[in-house]
Amino acid sequence: MANETKKITVALTGNPNSGKTTIFNSLTGMSRHVANWPGVTVEKIQGRCNYKNYQMDIVDLPGTYSLTAYSDEELIARNFILTEKPDVVVDIIDSANVERNLYLAVQLMELNVPLVFAFNMSDEAARKGLIFDIETFSTLLGVKIVQTIGNKRKGLDSLLDEIIAVSQDKQQDYAARVKYGSEIEDELEKLRAVLAVQPQAIAADKSRWLAVKLLEQDGDILNQFSSPELNDTLQASIKHLRGIFGEEPETIIADRRYGFISGACQETIKNTVEIRHNRSDMIDAVLTHRMFGLPIFIAMMYIVFDLTFRIGKYPMAGLEYFFGILGRFIGGFWPHGQESLFKSLILDGIIGGVGGVMIFLPNILLLFMAIAILDGTGYMARAAFVTDRIMHKIGLHGKSFIPMLIGFGCTVPAIMACRILENRRNRITTILVLPLFSCGARMTIYALFIPAFFPLQWRGAMMLAIYFIGIIIAVIAAKILRITVLKGEATPFVMELPPYRMPTFKAIVIHMWERGWMYLKKAGTVILVISVILWFAGNFPRPDVNASNLADSVAARQHILEYSITGRLGKVLEPAFRPLGFDSRVITAMIGALAAKEVFVAQMGITYAMSEHDDVSVLRSKLRQDYTPLQGFCIMLFCLISAPCVATIAATRTETGKWGWAIFQWVSLTTAAYVITLAVYQLGTLLSGAIN
Amino acid sequence: MVIKEQISLKNITDNTTVRLLKIDAGAALKSRLSAMGLLPGTQFKVINNGHPGPFVISLKGSRIMLGRGMAAKIFVRPI
Ligand SMILES: Nc1nc2c(ncn2[C@@H]2O[C@H](COP(=O)(O)OP(=O)(O)OP(=O)(O)O)[C@@H](O)[C@H]2O)c(=O)[nH]1
Repeated sequence: MANETKKITVALTGNPNSGKTTIFNSLTGMSRHVANWPGVTVEKIQGRCNYKNYQMDIVDLPGTYSLTAYSDEELIARNFILTEKPDVVVDIIDSANVERNLYLAVQLMELNVPLVFAFNMSDEAARKGLIFDIETFSTLLGVKIVQTIGNKRKGLDSLLDEIIAVSQDKQQDYAARVKYGSEIEDELEKLRAVLAVQPQAIAADKSRWLAVKLLEQDGDILNQFSSPELNDTLQASIKHLRGIFGEEPETIIADRRYGFISGACQETIKNTVEIRHNRSDMIDAVLTHRMFGLPIFIAMMYIVFDLTFRIGKYPMAGLEYFFGILGRFIGGFWPHGQESLFKSLILDGIIGGVGGVMIFLPNILLLFMAIAILDGTGYMARAAFVTDRIMHKIGLHGKSFIPMLIGFGCTVPAIMACRILENRRNRITTILVLPLFSCGARMTIYALFIPAFFPLQWRGAMMLAIYFIGIIIAVIAAKILRITVLKGEATPFVMELPPYRMPTFKAIVIHMWERGWMYLKKAGTVILVISVILWFAGNFPRPDVNASNLADSVAARQHILEYSITGRLGKVLEPAFRPLGFDSRVITAMIGALAAKEVFVAQMGITYAMSEHDDVSVLRSKLRQDYTPLQGFCIMLFCLISAPCVATIAATRTETGKWGWAIFQWVSLTTAAYVITLAVYQLGTLLSGAIN
Repeated sequence: MVIKEQISLKNITDNTTVRLLKIDAGAALKSRLSAMGLLPGTQFKVINNGHPGPFVISLKGSRIMLGRGMAAKIFVRPI
């Protein structure tokens, strides 16, 4: 059959910022599918492309500079290529920076897999005055090269044609083209001879690569092959090479790769003009300026924050309105005045829960739009530069600043923003301390308590103090985490500063869409389930409200809450929380607030039998009667530090990939809250006793 | 090679072109730097010695940012 579709798999590799994602998006359109690689939090992005009578399954491998065993991303890329054996590997090369980008390309040649090189950014290369002799280049490397302009979709058809051509003719020996000089070649031969007699089956075309990796002392490969004979040969080779060159073999091999690259480039690239980075350097002179850099960064962050939360308010109000109408519409199916449990489950449990999930969506979409713009233009790398001097003092990367700032609005999008942090330890540390940045929901608690207990002139200072206490604890916690559970070499700060570019509209939309969808799918379900469980705890078991003489519904609600699991738990836990100055009402409200921090205020209202028409000042004056200012402060302190809300737990679990981290976060923050509040209350009581 | 000329990169001022002599670091960091093009023998220019912030260098046509801690571990000779 002539028209039968053939299936092939294609892997995309490339350096960060080479335009890999852009090309992937153009090839696969909206058929993309995002998951995580098993066991790690690196994203696995797949998509499909139908071209001529081929169906190509395309995998976007993580962007890397190399293929060593030192980082998750590089190991994933390399193991995918080795074990899944894609029909073709396409390396996206930023041809405006061809020498550096070819370093990865040469390592792919060493791997001896079917290859096509896309010389992307050819418009920028031309602007730089670079002229390529593609034909000669291609012959020298032995790899087909296609010039592309990713964001203008130029050259993509030729790229697809070459992919098809290469998929049909895989009999190429790329590895033999990269030469390391006679001394190293001799040692490689010795190692290959020993490898050939190892029990493990080794494909003939991979033995050169394995020998190179052994000489580079690649941890992963050393683990796979550890016979005494091989070890002896390897140690002898390494010693021999060190003796000759006075360097580690790894360094010499890297040097030879660059030698091979610059040899190929000299013959095939002409540089006609000498303007490099002029425009970017000029912008950088301002944006990363020693004095103005930080203020500009703060201004940018202010805009991001404002965009996320101020503009986000409108769609959020819309959503709230919609869910309100939906609730009333569905509530209308029940006769007036009849309180059925099923109705409450549907209205408060499910619609309330779904609403609680959806309410974060506008913030997440807007935030990721802002991040896509910052990233796409190249400003993100500069932001890391500017904030690095502050952040590295607490052992974090400059980029951690962005999620922390977002945390003042809402912890959930902040945790999702941690994806911009490449290093795993940095990412997890940042995620774990994020709940300590007072979010907007906790603001509602402060707004209830501070005016209730503190005179007007002290209120602003009190508010600031609460925010600062959170920040200070976060900084200390991050420091502690970095020297205990998440210990590790202080992340080496090496980063490329990409030239400034205009991001494409499509890239921004795809980025937003993907994040929003991921949030709904992954975190959304967890939030929904826990919300329903908490609804259940707050409503069961049920007293017979209709039978008791609680005429008005306000008193009934109070009674239901007290009678329920939540209310009972509040009473059971009271002795444990007495030393902190809390009574069962506060604890009951806090259990309810596990769902979302702002629920605390509503639950306090219920425990005090407030009706919806009462003014908050009524609640405040009742609070003032029952608690001292010290107790009020302790309640706020505990709410700040303890028990991140359900949505935060779900986001932490999704973004770290493990329930373990989410549980660790919850338990350690709650324990810390207990200890700190206990100390403050006891000391405070002692002091006030001493003064009186 | 005359060793006495080597200076730590963190002491190099803006707009100086240097040749890399040696990197005093573990294998992981060295490999990462090689992948970015920083190897003994490489020539590059210091664009911004951003004391106390990170360093920016220009290497093989691109801009690379290094933390100050790292700059202290890299030894060079001005040329
Ligand atoms: N001038 C020009 N810009 C391009 C080209 N291809 C992509 N870009 C732009 O380069 C920027 C980076 O592209 P991405 O596709 O995000 O790069 P990436 O390799 O996926 O980078 P990471 O997401 O950091 O791994 C975007 O702003 C693109 O619009 C091209 O051929 N020419």
